[in-house]
Amino acid sequence: MRIAIVDDSGLRAAILKEGLAEAGYTDIEVVAPHGGFVARLERMAPDIVLMDLGDPSRDALEEMLTVSRALARPIAMFVDRSDDAMIGAAIDAGVSAYVVDGLRKERVRPILELAIRRFNAFNALKIERDEAVTALADRKTLERAKAILMQGRGLSEPEAHALLRSTAMNQSRRIVKVAEALITAHALLDPPKGGPR
Amino acid sequence: MIPISIAFLPLTDSAVLVAAREQGFAAKAGLDLTLVRSTSWATVRDRLVYGQVQAAHMLAPLAVAVTLGLSQQPAPLVAPFRLNLNGNALTLSTAFAAALDPVLTHRVEDPVATAHDFASAIGMHHRKPIIGVVHRFSTHALMLRYWLGFAGVDPDRDLTLRVLPPSLMVEALRTGEIDGFMAGEPWSSVAVSEGLGQIVAFGSRLWRRGVEKVLATRADWAETHPETLDALLVALDRSAAWCDAPENHTALAEMLAAPDYVNQPVEVIVPCLSGRLALGRGEPAVSEPDFLMLHREAANAPSGDHGLWIYSQFVRWGMVEASDAAQAAAAAVFRPDLYGRALTGTARARPVEGFFDDRPFDPAGVAAYVQSFKGPPA
Repeated sequence: MRIAIVDDSGLRAAILKEGLAEAGYTDIEVVAPHGGFVARLERMAPDIVLMDLGDPSRDALEEMLTVSRALARPIAMFVDRSDDAMIGAAIDAGVSAYVVDGLRKERVRPILELAIRRFNAFNALKIERDEAVTALADRKTLERAKAILMQGRGLSEPEAHALLRSTAMNQSRRIVKVAEALITAHALLDPPKGGPR
Repeated sequence: MIPISIAFLPLTDSAVLVAAREQGFAAKAGLDLTLVRSTSWATVRDRLVYGQVQAAHMLAPLAVAVTLGLSQQPAPLVAPFRLNLNGNALTLSTAFAAALDPVLTHRVEDPVATAHDFASAIGMHHRKPIIGVVHRFSTHALMLRYWLGFAGVDPDRDLTLRVLPPSLMVEALRTGEIDGFMAGEPWSSVAVSEGLGQIVAFGSRLWRRGVEKVLATRADWAETHPETLDALLVALDRSAAWCDAPENHTALAEMLAAPDYVNQPVEVIVPCLSGRLALGRGEPAVSEPDFLMLHREAANAPSGDHGLWIYSQFVRWGMVEASDAAQAAAAAVFRPDLYGRALTGTARARPVEGFFDDRPFDPAGVAAYVQSFKGPPA
């Protein structure tokens, strides 16, 4: 069974591919949804296409499935009305699946279930990464604000930190917001030397 | 407060939904409205059909297609409210547009001449032109087919219609993947402002006061939630009136420009609302007061005739096989009764509709109408 994964993020495709391989599906191709990707898919003639529900190219893919001669008229996965719970889970996870007509439900279902789990795993990973990125950016902002205070007011690092913290507490704002405001104000009052004026 | 979710696409004609939330019309009607931004019509459709949202901003022909089962999972939908009339434009790459009348205003003013110019330009182009449309079952695609068909162009043979989401049209034009596109605003204005293309036709001149987006819900949901639906229609009617008032256009454009909605600069959203659009970069704006109609002239009142016209074009282009059952189902998508129940006493004067070629459409004679398109063009 040939499976195509249409995906822009290498990470999601990798997670999905790994899961499918573990489940014994090995004929898998990843296609990025750009340019002539629809023609590429048509040549590949997959039995099932997995795609992110939020992908803007979904309409183009459906159009291909409607007019394609290479693929027998394929239909959406979500054809069985009794499968509402499954469909809900797929939509929540962000999976949209397209299946070639005639493929048996028994073979499609495990793929879709796996895809749902993997898409969820990807989302969890993405949230974790976003949080890590934010934390890193926050720390950098804090460091810059402290440096400004240390330089401008001759404070030690713990003193600069304490000042930022007490200001944040007095104003009931997050410490990083206070740091951002300080950096902005500092840039306005004392623009970096040597830059264009 | 009754919670309700509506899926939408980032387009200027989502205005009535956005203002219903942002200006508090929904809250005043007792609704806690959530707007779910989507990037493709397929996603909007699936969210609606599978109950993740209760209503959707939807292409009028797509609501008919879903009901007829032409678009994946069949599900009976109803459209009790029109979100807007018109609002589309055809934009061609500067190179392709060079084969048309050199005076930019002539092109939009005379769709008959431009259709013939377009037809002859196809032969001069180095390959089959590729025109982007937002969906197979869109007003844009049907209008473009109707217009080109008038000039003897077979849109399935003489050019390639490529389906792309509206937000990717400008990029596809930039990379030469398409030679032009028909889409809702602000995408034509974005292409013009970047100097990538020129507006050569206004949808409002091809199908005068044609239905564009509708509010669609599942038929069974509308049946079981009459009070919520009524409250929603009241909120949308108030919102549409507010959106249509010229003094609110600046505030509306600023609202739509936000990242959660259209996510484009205010300058490209204003032209559609004010009906003053530049046809090419650096050109003075031309006035097209009916470019987008959100409320006036009973713009929001649906009529079964729209379903019949859309059905007639589906049959004409081989998208559905003619049958009495399909015809009846298509006509039943639009629900003036639901509109009238929620908005009793609202003026229902019908807007003056019609096509650029003045071919009359008789809702009582759909089969004869479809037949009249066969054979050599008049």
